[in-house]
Formats: sequence, structure tokens, C-alpha cells
Amino acid sequence: MDFTFSPEHTALRRMIREFVEAEVAPIAAELDREHKVPYEVMRKLGEIGLLGVCFPQKYGGMGAGETGYCILMEELGKVCTSTATNVGAHIGIGAMVIHLDGTPEQKEKYLTPLSRGQKIAAFGLTESNAGSDAANIRTRAVREGDSWILDGGKVYITNGGYADIITVMAVTDPALGARGGVTAFIVETDWPGFSVAREEDKMGIRGTSTAELVFEELRVPHENVLGKVGEGFVSFMKSLDMGRLTLGAACLGGAQAALDWSVRWAKRRRLFGAELAHKQSVQWMIANMATEVEALRSLVYRVAWMVDTGQPFTQLAAMCKMYGSEVASRAIDMALQIHGGLGLTRDYPIERAFRDARIAEIFEGTNEIQRIVIATNIFREHGVRIRP
Amino acid sequence: MDFTLNEEQRMFRNMFRDFAAKEIAPHAEEMDHQETLPPSILQKAANQGFLGATLPEDYFGAALDSVSYAMLIEALASASVSVAMTIASHVSLVAMSILAHGSDAQKEEWLPALAAGEVIGAFALTEPDAGSDAAALQSRAVVQGEEVVLDGVKTWVTNGATAGLFLVFARGAEGVDACLVPRDAPGLSVGYREPTLGLRSVSFNTIYLEGCRVPLANRLGAPGQGWTIAQQAQDRLALAVAAAALGVASSAIDVAAQFATERIQFGVPIGQKQAIQNYIATAVTEVEALRYLLYHAAWQADQEGLDAFDVSVVKVFGARIARSVTNWMLQVLGGYGFMEDYPMARKYRDARTLGIVGGPTELHSFRIAQHVFAGRDLEIAL
Repeated sequence: MDFTFSPEHTALRRMIREFVEAEVAPIAAELDREHKVPYEVMRKLGEIGLLGVCFPQKYGGMGAGETGYCILMEELGKVCTSTATNVGAHIGIGAMVIHLDGTPEQKEKYLTPLSRGQKIAAFGLTESNAGSDAANIRTRAVREGDSWILDGGKVYITNGGYADIITVMAVTDPALGARGGVTAFIVETDWPGFSVAREEDKMGIRGTSTAELVFEELRVPHENVLGKVGEGFVSFMKSLDMGRLTLGAACLGGAQAALDWSVRWAKRRRLFGAELAHKQSVQWMIANMATEVEALRSLVYRVAWMVDTGQPFTQLAAMCKMYGSEVASRAIDMALQIHGGLGLTRDYPIERAFRDARIAEIFEGTNEIQRIVIATNIFREHGVRIRP
Repeated sequence: MDFTLNEEQRMFRNMFRDFAAKEIAPHAEEMDHQETLPPSILQKAANQGFLGATLPEDYFGAALDSVSYAMLIEALASASVSVAMTIASHVSLVAMSILAHGSDAQKEEWLPALAAGEVIGAFALTEPDAGSDAAALQSRAVVQGEEVVLDGVKTWVTNGATAGLFLVFARGAEGVDACLVPRDAPGLSVGYREPTLGLRSVSFNTIYLEGCRVPLANRLGAPGQGWTIAQQAQDRLALAVAAAALGVASSAIDVAAQFATERIQFGVPIGQKQAIQNYIATAVTEVEALRYLLYHAAWQADQEGLDAFDVSVVKVFGARIARSVTNWMLQVLGGYGFMEDYPMARKYRDARTLGIVGGPTELHSFRIAQHVFAGRDLEIAL
């Protein structure tokens, strides 16, 4: 066993950290306050190759694997959850489906500009009646000669308001449903029939676009079918597994930042004649945070290693997402408590972190769904098939 | 033992709930997003007698008993925690301090105006380096002839933006003094308003006192009595915070339970799912425990006076329950819970502040432990 990072990954982390400090940290509060998407940061991340961190060099990527991608998400998560979310939706789910199931032509045409940040991706799965119950989607795709005609819509699509390319799930055979009747398509958002209906006003991750999308007689060429017709659900689930792991990595960054802020404040703030560091209530919170952060770090990078070495990881990715989001929420909650009134003011980053953290327990599959995934995998090994 | 509400309390409760549902709830989202509290809402509350809720009728108060007052704050908070805390600060911190410690002249001058909502009260205790710690208080009160001269900076002054009267605490010759400072007193200026996570319609301002002069007759209570006045006021507020916690938590359950009957996933309303049932069952259990802990503490206050131990217990428990219940009820709503178009995100943000305002949980936990160890002859220090 060896728990050290390779020299390449260590160098990558240093490079990412420098970028994040210089380009992301100074604007994080503004993105939240002004409800702005970090277009410029996304472009720069693409220019230095980070939007293709885990994709092959052949398609404009860095080839740093899932481990490299987790490092990116962890470092972004420390400073700006919104930017991490933009990047996660772009790489981790939007472009990931193309990387996993695209043809060489599709990768050449789409993955390469996505890796370089020349195009931005989103992942179109959720509908108003199909959230956790993803198999219940209603968007229809009907074959017409060499094309498919898409009708329907998606809600709560991260990056949806400004993406150039959206990987969309649609029903191609209602009789078969999720088992063979759902297909994934690559959709370009400047095609006729595509429109953005609205942008959501959210409690946190306000530096992201969460959009409702409408498809009206949207014509998609057959060559843009991703993977095989009828196997879209399988493609998307694989991509979601990857996204869950890296969301756990972003949560690790958020939790680590909460711990760092808390330690700094506890060293400085004096109450009742001593620094908070000398108060056992505060020591307990710090000790709990630090233990959970270390447990999460080990889990995240172990699963990244499993992905990079080709081992099955679905159950562990669900654990990363579920545990990571809960560790981050707890850590940030404790950081807010340690900061007292200062933690409540919007002039200070803890308040933003608190609002940002909460969504991680909900999106990319609620933590209830993660528990179902974990329990399903466990019981399957024991011959019991769980229905959601 | 008798756990029933009397006829009058039942009537009050219905009236409070009606008021909250009709006059506050329809405006709660917008008020929160605009970070304002329209004076018309406070005026309507004043017309109902809520701004003098626990003041005697002699001063045009509604003379509510403590249980009814708790139910008022609970009902207001079920619609808007911001409105509840604005009114609770006005009543519990300012009006009731004057009633308890004021001279007849001070009561005559201020209480009818406070009850009528003509003047809103603000409580100015916290300083940049003194939140929960009295010994660290830096502001100074110096008697010069027939005047008191106040100097210092106060932060997080609740209702600071709109108040006509500030109850200011400063270090005097014999300890902490309390002073009634009208907004137009020379040398008082209202500064920065903190933008906050929750309670966004409550104003929390910095107040500057620069050679601020008020007549000596404006000193509340005896010289050096200020810290006692502040402690009693904060105990009253802490009880009101627990009532707000109950209101926000129980209203969050209402929203989530309704959602769970309407939201269909996997072919059934999500209320059919055991995870959701467990969240709701746990939340209801916690809220019912809080309800009777709170009503007991309030009832006790009317029997033998407010008990500091009871207050801390219900404050710690209330803040924890509000936090956990709004958190789980938000989870029931999933993505909808995170959207600012629905009330749950606001309830969640508001609930979180309750573990800090009215004294942080750690301070009240210390007081609980102090009480426990005092019975065992162990004196503990912060």
C-alpha cells in the first residue's frame, strides 16, 4: 500500500492552487452576490487544460485521471463552491458521457473543444416529475429519417443557461421505459427548437446557472446519438457515478476550508479572558471536523484510485457523495457556530459556504437515493433485490 | 397538573394564527428578498396590541401572560421569523426592561409610545469585542452634572435601522449603566447594517456614540445595575427565541408534509416512503417536545418569575430543534427546498441564526452546566 500522491499529481495540485488563488478566490464573493456565472474563469481553466484534466490528451485533455480531477474539485471546493459546480457539471457529467460512450468522431467534434473550454457542457436528465425517479422522464425523441425529433423539457439543469452542448436523455420507446427505451443525445444549444425558459433563484451556489430547458421539435442528427439507441440510461448512470465521486472531492475542499477558517478564528478570538482555542466546546468541534475531513479524504482518493485502476466503484462513489456532503455540511455548520455573529454576516465567507453546502445533500442524486444505491448493492450481494 | 390552555389563551392563539396567516405570510418572501420590514406590518401588529404584548393595560399594553406571549411569537415566526424577532426584541428587550426597572416618569414617557408602535425599541449591548462577555465592555458612561455622556461603538443592534429609542449599556463609575437614548440624541449615529444569512428583514446596525448626551433622568435603574438589566432582558429574549424556533419548525413540517402528499416519485407520493415518514415523524416528535418545554418555561415565569436555567434549556433545545427540523424538512422538498421561490430555504436560513442570536448555544450550555454543578458545590468558570 502507498498513500502518497505521484510527483505529477503533486505538481498538478500546486498549479491548480496557484490558479485558484489568483483567479477564483478574488471573485468568489462577487459571483454569489451578483448571481454571476464565472465565464472568464471557465475560459481560462480551459486554456490551461484543466477542463480536460481527466480526459485523454488525444482529445485536448491532460490525462491526469480521476485522481487529477478530484484534486481540481477539492481545490476549487475550498474557495468557491459555485465555480466547482460549474466545472463539475461541465466535466463530471456533461462531457463525461461523451468521454465514456462517445464514438471517436463525437469525441473529436465535441470532447476536444469541451476539454479546451471553447465550449461548455451541461447534463440534461432531471424533469419536473423525474428527479430522484430519473427513469420517469417524459421528454420524447421520435425517429424521422436520419434525425430524431425531441419534444419536452428539463428542469434544474446546472450550466443550462449558458452551455453550448447538452447531453440529453429522451424516451425513444415508451413501452420499454428505462430498460431499453431511453436514449442519450448530444444537443447543440444553438439548434432551432432549443430554448431556456427560466433561471432559478437559489439559496446557494448563486454563481451557477440552474435553468429550465424547453425542446420543441428539436431536430438532432442520428450521428449525435450517444452510445446505443435504448441504452441511454446506462450511459448516464455511469457518468453520474463519476460525478458523485468528484462532488465528494469538492465537499472535501469545502470541509477543509471550514476547518482552516475555524482554526484561524479560534486562535485569534478572545472571550472571557482566553482565545476560543482554549474552550473545550471549540476544541471538540475542531477535533470532530478534522477527523471527518481525514476520513473523507481517504475515501475520496481511494475511490479515485479504484476508477483509475479500472475497478468497480458505484457503491463507493455513492458513499463519497453522501458522506462528503454531510461532512461538509457539518463542518461548515460548526465553523459558523465558532464564528458566532461574524458567521452570520454576508461580509464573511462562512455565510456563503453555509448556503452553498446544503445543495450537495440534494443534487446529483439526493442522499436518500445514495443510501438506496448503497443498500441495493449490499443486499444484491446477499441475493436480495431492492425496489426503490 | 393541567396542560390545557384556558379559554382566553385559546382565543388569543387563534387570533395570532389568523394575523400571521393573513397579514404576514403573504409578504414574507418579498420582505426577505428585499431585506425590509414595511412599517405598515408593524403598525397592524401594534393595532392588535402586539407591540405592547406583555405590558399592562395602564400603559396600553395587551397584558398577555407569558404562555400567550410565547404563542404570539410562535405564530409570528411560523410566517416570518424576521417579524417575530423584530417584535420580540422591541417587547422583551426594551419595553419590558423599562417596565421592570423604569421610573414612573420613564414608563409614562416611553411605554404607551412603544405599545402603540409610535416608537420602536432597540437594544444596544454587543460591541466588536464583547458579545457574551460583560467584562470586555468598552463603552463608557460618564456623569457630567445633570447629563450622562456616552462614548463607544455598539454592533448588531437589533432594530437599529428603524428604532426611535435605544437601550444602551456602557461602563459607568459603579459598573455597567443602562441608558435610554432617543434616536435624535446629539452624538448618536446609526451606521452600517449587517447583511445576514437569515432574519434578513431584521435590521442589525452598528451604532456610534460620540459624546452622546442624554439627561441623567434617562438612566434606567440604579447606577451599576445595567448588567442585571441586560441579563434579565436577554433571558426574556432567549425564551422568545425558543418560541420563534417552535414556530419556524412547526411551519416547516406543515410545508414538507403537504409537499410529501403531492410529490410523486417511483409511482407514489413520497409520503409513502419510509425515509420521508421517518424524517417527518422525528421532526414532529421533536417539535412536540419543544412545545411543552417552552410552554412550561413560560408558565413557570408567570408563577415564580423567569428561571435562568429553564431559559437556557429551552433556548439550547429550541435552536437545535429548529435547525434539525428545517434541515430535514428542506431535504423532503429536495431541489425545491433549495429554491428561493419556496419558503423552505428562508425558514432554513432563519432557523440557523437562532443558535447564535439571543446568546450562542455554547453560552447557554455553560449556564446549564453551571446550574448542575452548583448543586454539587463545584463552581465552574467560562
